[in-house]
Amino acid sequence: MSVIKTENLTKIYRMGHTKIYALDHVNLSFEKGEFAGLVGPSGSGKTTFLNMVGILDKPTEGRVIVMGKETSSLNQKEAALFRRKYIGFIFQTFNLFPHYTAFENVEFPLLLLDLSTEERKERVMEALEMVNLAHRANSKPSELSGGERQRVAIARAIVKRPEIILADEPTANLDAKNSYNVLDIMADINEKLKATFIFATHDEKVIKYLRRKITLNDGKVVKDEVMK
Amino acid sequence: MVLLKLAYKNLVRAGLRTWLNALALSFGLVAIIGLQGLYIGMGEQAASVAKDAEYGGGQYWHKLYDPYDPLTLQDAHGKIPQNISKLISEGKATPILIVQATAYPQGRTVPVLLKGIIPEQKILKFPTGVLKSEDVDGIPALIGERMAAELGVKEGDYLTVRWRDVNGTFDATDVKIVKIMSTTDQNIDNGQIWVPLKVLQRLTGMEEEATIIVVSPDLKNPPPAPGFEFKNLKFLLKTIEALVKVKTQGTFVIYIILLSIALISIFDSQVFSIFKRKKEIGTLMALGFTRLQVIILFTLEGALHAFFAVILSALYGAPLLIYAAKVGYALPKSATESFAIALGERLYPRYGTGLIVGTAILVFIVTTIVSYLPVRKIAKMKPTEALRGGIQ
Ligand SMILES: Nc1ncnc2c1ncn2[C@@H]1O[C@H](COP(=O)(O)OP(=O)(O)OP(=O)(O)O)[C@@H](O)[C@H]1O
Ligand SMILES: [Mg+2]
Repeated sequence: MSVIKTENLTKIYRMGHTKIYALDHVNLSFEKGEFAGLVGPSGSGKTTFLNMVGILDKPTEGRVIVMGKETSSLNQKEAALFRRKYIGFIFQTFNLFPHYTAFENVEFPLLLLDLSTEERKERVMEALEMVNLAHRANSKPSELSGGERQRVAIARAIVKRPEIILADEPTANLDAKNSYNVLDIMADINEKLKATFIFATHDEKVIKYLRRKITLNDGKVVKDEVMK
Repeated sequence: MVLLKLAYKNLVRAGLRTWLNALALSFGLVAIIGLQGLYIGMGEQAASVAKDAEYGGGQYWHKLYDPYDPLTLQDAHGKIPQNISKLISEGKATPILIVQATAYPQGRTVPVLLKGIIPEQKILKFPTGVLKSEDVDGIPALIGERMAAELGVKEGDYLTVRWRDVNGTFDATDVKIVKIMSTTDQNIDNGQIWVPLKVLQRLTGMEEEATIIVVSPDLKNPPPAPGFEFKNLKFLLKTIEALVKVKTQGTFVIYIILLSIALISIFDSQVFSIFKRKKEIGTLMALGFTRLQVIILFTLEGALHAFFAVILSALYGAPLLIYAAKVGYALPKSATESFAIALGERLYPRYGTGLIVGTAILVFIVTTIVSYLPVRKIAKMKPTEALRGGIQ
């Protein structure tokens, strides 16, 4: 069974009288543990696709089935609960909470789950160790480098052991060295946790790591290739 | 609970702005408690003065007696019932006979009430004892300072007074002012001349009669008295209560103004938060917070200002208010006179638990409402839009 499956997934934005097909009848499926990436020019629909899979937005047409669940049947609250359980996000701009320490940032997704303080602490430290930042647990984002911040964000995305991790341009704000570091860590986590990773990226460095590369253009899938 | 903790952290870590808002709010809180306490203190003080000087533990009124209609006095008197006479002889009640009269100081005419009271009575706390002086040539009379000023008389002066007796016939005599008393209770002073009960009864031909009968505060369960109706303290103190209420309502506008400065600032902070922290809102949603949870979180952040305000108020407000209650506020004479109720020279505010808790709850509620209003916007926010941040 696929972890994610889209059927004729279409998203149309209306700008006055013109219709923009951000996604145009996209049929894709992803299996557990994939390390896949969406590539393509700016405006080709990569972010839109991730938003549909993350149930942050609803399709205009077609269906998205995540973990066997048809997402358009979920209301706002159910979608939130679904994300809480199954989906981790990594953003281009890290989106850490500035007033909270690395530890607290990573702990955030666990606060909504029914866990004891000790359990939470254990999981947070484990996640921070996976991104090699256990020693910076008490630092605020402002005291961390860009690469370190993104690693904290990765720890936050994986701490609840989600099935799916969606990463939109995760290296766009990082230099080469940090990009590779972050990518190594994500590849490693993918290996260990068997979580399905889907990237949206232009970055050649990211593309080098992908095991599957899906090329979008004008909202359509133009190429879907297995790498290496 | 999680949301409350997060809201608390967010607010504390937001730093100075939080404390400024909370401080402004606490000013309002302390001022309201202070002012309200002043009015409560005023009411209690007035009630206590009125009990001492007028009401004792309650009053029997002659059936026809209406304190707001002096014309009723003509008929509002009757024989003191047997059972009440017994109470009077035991010192548990004291009768007062009230007769309409006219005084003639230096050729002027001043309408007055002649009030006959037993000089030896101990229930009402004013110097009726001076009326005992039987030796005086003329009838001994006791008046208050305000009455003395109006009549233009001094202690030892004589004053001609004319009244109608029980048959409606005019009669006149001279009374001698044996004492001018200073009292905070205008109701035993303005327009009144106190004379010995027996004398007034004799002069008017109303032997053994009274208009009202004041009972001692120690008297439990006053018995029914034929021809008279018992008015308990609750009834008698209604006027004071009503007056304090009117005064309090007048200050409501001030309270709104006091609070509004802080509330506008909190409202502003909330609007600013929603605007500036859009990306944070989107991130929370992506992490699995429902919209409702985000709304609650942001509302709590605003509402918690009230919590900090209470803490600040306790820190600086409590000592301030307690000090004010100890020392009291000096009142200028003109101020005490302009009030229709009895006030002492110093006013001591009183703060009950009800007042403090009530005001704190009120501040909590309005702060929560004000905090919620801007936050409602989140309900319409799409996670994708929020994540993009900035202005849409
Ligand atoms: N909220 C919106 N309203 C209108 N049009 C939108 C909206 N969001 C996206 N679009 C349009 O949909 C198309 C796909 O956008 P999307 O953000 O998915 O592209 P992308 O592949 O992620 O691009 P980039 O590489 O620049 O991030 C674009 O033409 C974009 O202008
Ligand atoms: Mg994009």
